[in-house]
Amino acid sequence: MIFTNRVSLVTGASQGIGEAIAEELGREGATVVLVDVQKDKLEQVASRLAGLGIRALPYEADVTDSTRAAQVVDEVVDTLGRLDHLVNNAGITRDSLLLRMKEEDWDLVLRVNLKGAFNFSRAALKPMFTARYGRIVNIASVVGQMGNFGQTNYAASKAGLIGFSKSLAREVAARGITVNCVAPGYIATPMTDKLPEEVKKAFLDIIPMKRFGLPVEVARAVKFLCSDEASYITGQVINVNGGMYM
Amino acid sequence: MEREELLKKVKSIVADKLNIGEEQITENASFTQDLGADSLDTVELVMALEDEFGLNIPDDEAEKLNTVGKALDYILEHYKGK
Repeated sequence: MIFTNRVSLVTGASQGIGEAIAEELGREGATVVLVDVQKDKLEQVASRLAGLGIRALPYEADVTDSTRAAQVVDEVVDTLGRLDHLVNNAGITRDSLLLRMKEEDWDLVLRVNLKGAFNFSRAALKPMFTARYGRIVNIASVVGQMGNFGQTNYAASKAGLIGFSKSLAREVAARGITVNCVAPGYIATPMTDKLPEEVKKAFLDIIPMKRFGLPVEVARAVKFLCSDEASYITGQVINVNGGMYM
Repeated sequence: MEREELLKKVKSIVADKLNIGEEQITENASFTQDLGADSLDTVELVMALEDEFGLNIPDDEAEKLNTVGKALDYILEHYKGK
């Protein structure tokens, strides 16, 4: 197990890709701090992971709340003594054509997907600076690189995460902290289940592998970036998309 | 706290964070010009001083603390003792 004694914090951990990431890091021995706004689902995931022998600690928190983010990180460091990995995964969609997009849907997607990463990164950097070690992985999206019909807000937030990660990577590289993105393509999760059938079919047509990805396939890339194997990789975007965007 | 006592504590924090000898650290020394701190180092120093003395130094105040002596003045003024 490569993450024995490590502590990983995953936001948006109550389902989909976030849940798979928490499990993947936990299976390698990391203590996983699960952050999500959906309390019931969070508890369920925590007990499922505990059943696998993973030490999983649920924290109900809204990533848009910077005070709460700092509080969660402080509590984690107080009780566990360290924070090695931060995975900013929490994300939502509020799709519509720009012409019809409500201002609050634009703001909410940017607040959760982009500001959430800002809030948790800023809080987590403190213990990482002190430790001279840290791994931050931000979950972007293929949509942040190629755009997508009906997702101007989501695409902007994900492209924003890529620029954020590259800038932060430059700021903290000299302190032993790496910052990277994993950009999933079309992954079968509760978020993508919501898409209309014809949209799903259209995606399949442009995925060279002719299938949707699995959450665990994204989680493995995150695991790699968190590992010591990835010690010289920072400011990068790893695409996990079946060849959909190259 | 006496200024001398505080200087001792601050010296040890600065020496540790900047990885330099305590003898280089005088009240007049500028963190960036004399002690070799870069912008990240200064942020870290402020964080370490905040932790040590239970302070919350606002960014605009932190920017002004460019010498050891100014940091001492600030701490003496705001530190309420433990």
